[in-house]
Amino acid sequence: MSDQTRTNMRAAGMAVEAGGRHMSPEEKSWEANTLAPALAKSPERQSEFTTISGHPIRRLYSEADLAGWDAKRQLAHPGEPPYTRGIHATMHRGRLWTMRQFAGFGTAEDTNQRFRYLLTHGQTGLSTAFDLPTLMGYDSDHPLSEGEVGKCGVAISSLADMEVLFDQIPLSDVTTSMTINSPAPVIWAMYLAVAEKQGADWKKISGTLQNDILKEYIAQKEYIYPPEPSMRLVVDTFEFAVKHTPKFNPISISGYHIREAGSTAIQELAFTLRDGMEYIEWALRRGMQIDDFAPQLSFFFNAHSDFFEEIAKYRAARRIWYQAMTERYGAKNPRTWALRFHTQTAGCSLTAQQPFNNVVRTALQALSAVLGGTQSLHTNSLDEAWALPTEFAATIALRTQQIIAHETGVTNTVDPLGGSYFVEALTNEVEAGAWDYIRKIDAMGGMVAAIERSYPQREIAEASYRYQQELDKKEKIMVGVNEFISEEKPLEILQIDETVAHRQAARLNKLRAERSQADVDRALHALRKAAETYSKRVHSSGSSNGHLSHENLMPHIYDAVKTYATLGEICDAMRTVFGTYEETAIT
Amino acid sequence: MPEKKIRVLIAKPGLDGHDRGAKVIARALRDAGMEVIYTGLRQTPEMIASAAVQEDVNVIGLSILSGAHNTICPQIMKLLHEKGMDDVTVLVGGIIPEADIPALKDAGIAEIFLPGTSTQAIVDFIQKKYAA
Repeated sequence: MSDQTRTNMRAAGMAVEAGGRHMSPEEKSWEANTLAPALAKSPERQSEFTTISGHPIRRLYSEADLAGWDAKRQLAHPGEPPYTRGIHATMHRGRLWTMRQFAGFGTAEDTNQRFRYLLTHGQTGLSTAFDLPTLMGYDSDHPLSEGEVGKCGVAISSLADMEVLFDQIPLSDVTTSMTINSPAPVIWAMYLAVAEKQGADWKKISGTLQNDILKEYIAQKEYIYPPEPSMRLVVDTFEFAVKHTPKFNPISISGYHIREAGSTAIQELAFTLRDGMEYIEWALRRGMQIDDFAPQLSFFFNAHSDFFEEIAKYRAARRIWYQAMTERYGAKNPRTWALRFHTQTAGCSLTAQQPFNNVVRTALQALSAVLGGTQSLHTNSLDEAWALPTEFAATIALRTQQIIAHETGVTNTVDPLGGSYFVEALTNEVEAGAWDYIRKIDAMGGMVAAIERSYPQREIAEASYRYQQELDKKEKIMVGVNEFISEEKPLEILQIDETVAHRQAARLNKLRAERSQADVDRALHALRKAAETYSKRVHSSGSSNGHLSHENLMPHIYDAVKTYATLGEICDAMRTVFGTYEETAIT
Repeated sequence: MPEKKIRVLIAKPGLDGHDRGAKVIARALRDAGMEVIYTGLRQTPEMIASAAVQEDVNVIGLSILSGAHNTICPQIMKLLHEKGMDDVTVLVGGIIPEADIPALKDAGIAEIFLPGTSTQAIVDFIQKKYAA
């Protein structure tokens, strides 16, 4: 064996004793007789191989990598703890995942049309993208909304807009996801008001509110209020959902945006699950019982480009959640134990260059989500590094899911990768890495405390800079970006012009003229009063644990929405009581 | 005597909070030896122009991913002109449709960097501009 070969083998982590990895006599013999001569003849392409997150990957995985691994305990069977193989006994043989394409642009009319188009083309659930003013709790005619109305999503300023958005879409039959966070209680109240108007039974309607404020502070930064009143609002929605809408997920605890901000797979998993535990702890302090509300919590992960790392991430997510629910919170209800999740392919992996390659990237990412046992999936469109998708691009994205579901055969059996040395070993490693982070955040006093000291923000910024450097040095390759570059013709893209803002402003003027201002004022006053009682108590006692009893704000928000008070007015009422949040910018 | 450092203001105008690009660029320019000031999120055109004057910067880097560039960029250029900051080099990075690029350049934006640009390309552009 040459010195070079020895060096290569050490670099690939193959030292037998050093890593605690005990090879079988057969594997040892393979190393000596087959591998060593092969390496001597031609060395490998790189001295070390890592995932897109920088996680080291070995040349070969074998039973030596699963020493101490107990298939009965760690793998088990689908539909049974710890759910490594999926949360349902039959998984996609029984029911395919929900094909839920995120859509929203322009006015409510524009998006209503896109929704109905997608539903007639075989989409099985709706997912609403709101524009930035809506996400930040401003009406379309607010000065800060200038230039942003209808650009990144649909503009919704009042119940009147929401009525148009779901016109001719029966909310009793379709499940709807709404990507909204700080103003989530307001948008949800609007949705419930439309459902009521349509005669849909709240006990039967189903859907998901994103409503995950912690990842906003960590990654996406669409926050309004400081953490404590924000957490109060989240727990208010939990209480309301348990009581009135038992089939609605009041939260989708999201790793997606954490990953898009540049985190590694392990960070995405750890921060998301620790966020989930944080919500649970605040709800428990309110006096709620774990098995009453936790079955309604749902999750949302990214499907990035490193195929096996992503699959390991989804499998590890279910295992960690099961362990946390049973060991930390003593949950007894299997519906609390089972982590359900939506997946979206990675927007940040899309390239502006050679955009048709994005169809391929998205298909592979979507496949990893399916093999990882997702309950619902969004596939990105090829043109999204340029703009919101055209109907043409959005249709290909939906067809991508249909091809995976109906042509590839991967849905014919449950967890086809279960038992693979590599997948099981990587699942174990991702799981262990995530627990390390979770325990670190526990030691800081929880996620709100960790956010306040910018811990997750800093970890993500480090990872994102590291990855950019790898791209710049071509240590990681993005096809068409830093390698295999070629000229392309410009794409036809969706343009949103300022007429959307003008139409919205006109509609708001009409609304404000026609509604009963006295009713609006009364409802907003009641909302402010209810918000204040709590704030005063917190300030006088100096406590910040959010465990004080107070009035749930959801009924007040619902009343205000029904008077056609606008989103901006309702959020302002709470701004005056709660104040606003400013982050410490780190670079 | 040490060479005078190039001063850069990295700004996030508009309501969007996606700051990954802004932070990566801020750090890369700093690593390349420039003096970098990051404004933080949700800066109005007025706040950005004032910060540019106050910090006496050579370069402003605007990170815009929300589609609001056609509204925001001309406003900032107008304010900079009113404040006598015609010498400052204004760069835009983000999600910008190709069709919008000529109008942005007409408004005085020196260069537009699209997704996939290496940080080195931006460093080189700035250093070339301020060489000699």
